Amino acid sequence: MRISIASGKGGTGKTSLALLLASERPGITVIDSDVEEPNCHLFLKTEQKQEKVVTIMVPGIDNEKCSGCEVCAEACFFNAIAVVGGKAMVFDELCHSCGGCLLKCPQGAISEAEKPIGIVSSGYSTTVAGTRLMSGLLNIGVPSGVPLIKALLKEARTIEGEVIVDCPPGTSCSMVSAVKDSDYCLLVTEPTPFGRHDLALAINITQLLNLRTGVVINKNDGGDGDEAIEELCHSRGISVVAKIPYSHSFAREYSNGKISLENRTIAEDIWRQIQCVGRERKA
Amino acid sequence: MCREGEKGMKELVIVSGKGGTGKTSISAALAYLAPRKVLVDCDVDAANFHLISGAVVSKTHSFTAGFEPVVDEKVCTQCGTCSELCRFKAIDNGVITAPLNCEGCGVCALNCPKRAINMKEKEAGQWYVSKTRFGKLIHAELGLAIENSGKLVSKVRQEAKQLAETKKLPLVIIDGPPGIGCPAIAAMSGASLALAVVEPSLSGLHDLQRLWELTRHFQLPLAVCINKATINTTNTHTIIAWCNKNEIPIVGKIPYNDVFRTALQKGKTVMEISENEVQEKILELWYNLSKLLNIAPTASIIDRLFDKVNSIKK
Repeated sequence: MRISIASGKGGTGKTSLALLLASERPGITVIDSDVEEPNCHLFLKTEQKQEKVVTIMVPGIDNEKCSGCEVCAEACFFNAIAVVGGKAMVFDELCHSCGGCLLKCPQGAISEAEKPIGIVSSGYSTTVAGTRLMSGLLNIGVPSGVPLIKALLKEARTIEGEVIVDCPPGTSCSMVSAVKDSDYCLLVTEPTPFGRHDLALAINITQLLNLRTGVVINKNDGGDGDEAIEELCHSRGISVVAKIPYSHSFAREYSNGKISLENRTIAEDIWRQIQCVGRERKA
Repeated sequence: MCREGEKGMKELVIVSGKGGTGKTSISAALAYLAPRKVLVDCDVDAANFHLISGAVVSKTHSFTAGFEPVVDEKVCTQCGTCSELCRFKAIDNGVITAPLNCEGCGVCALNCPKRAINMKEKEAGQWYVSKTRFGKLIHAELGLAIENSGKLVSKVRQEAKQLAETKKLPLVIIDGPPGIGCPAIAAMSGASLALAVVEPSLSGLHDLQRLWELTRHFQLPLAVCINKATINTTNTHTIIAWCNKNEIPIVGKIPYNDVFRTALQKGKTVMEISENEVQEKILELWYNLSKLLNIAPTASIIDRLFDKVNSIKK
């Protein structure tokens, strides 16, 4: 069962929740799909890491064959090819690796070459015994993490048992590709107007993808911010699976790269609810 | 220190790498202090600035970006060419089976032997011009599960710049998105100065390092504001030492304080609620930024800072 943990708003506690849940299930695999800014490794401190370079295909131009006819530039919907000084020129950053230019070049002057965009690494935690971490790290300056997230989740497809996916913030293509194909999505929010607003956007996505969704209200401070979130969840037909109280000591531990176990009982309770969803799914 | 924009106008972009460090709260507090400026929210897939600034939308524009295929069923012979050529597994014998997989590359349309597929422009969201308590705000909402967030970011930035030029305003304040991917790149590239709002956690430091590498990659000047500095003073010192080593100016240090949340619940900035320790820190931050940006802070701010200094002396 693949459980994704997403949020909309950043900094609500995705990584904390992912690691809290993982620490209650030794032997589980955690996937850090926030490839722009991955953080799980700071807490799990993996060793015996195996790394694999992930590449995308980008076109290369054979200048001898290129006639400067501009057919490739016209075929490219991403403006990733331009003809400069009578020869085609590729702008890798804009390329979506669709292969359209290759198909259209009348001279056969275009071939594809691999371009590294990041790495996928896998290793075992030294802090939570038996826990495996797979994470992606996007190279600096590469605009889209989506191909790396896809490669990471593809690697993870063969893993049996429960898998937790720590997702990137936001609601755009990176988040969508990270939560997609999960069996259950936990959306972490905080009881503030920002948290509520972005939760509503994140719910739009999980409902569009037909994902089973639950909400965790983190950093709950006893104010009335959580009521507004409960109302939202109720109106969207989504259950609030847990409320985690705000804790200064938790924040401190977190800042030192440690997950405090003060909320263990809450984690257990969330796992129980996840398993109910799992059983319903099988039935 | 900072780069000059067109016609002397400056663009200050507030970023963080890690989410939830306080970009929007601090951007809004700066917006409260800075005189003549235009505001932009470049976090187009989880925009929040409008919630803290009392934004009232005065104009809505639709935003189209990218393309999507439309299949003419009458012409399609289900020959399978499109399914064979589509690398994103979005189309199957002339039926778009997985629209979310489609990247709008046009390979299906350009290679259909019957020309049964047309590419049509895609609605990708909306962008708005709003009035706020602090001036005009340009913000946006990305369509549901749409790509092209980078393009929408570029769009709002460009609109804000134009507005600033027309109104002869010297400053654009950009509330940036988290991360270091396309929306962050689009929000930062070519700006005068990037302000990284950092929290003193290992995650915060890790993400700052990657953000700094990105700013170096794009040769963009960077300054740092440590937020929630008192959560972990050891890490705060580490960040300071790291910034010193890499010659990154630290322009602000703000203690952890619940007033950010209290103010936010009221839809206000920390500058607009009853007096608190954070306010002086934000004043200092703005004063330091205005020096880097070579913009005159308002006289009242300097007065307030001098009052503060004098009161300490007494």
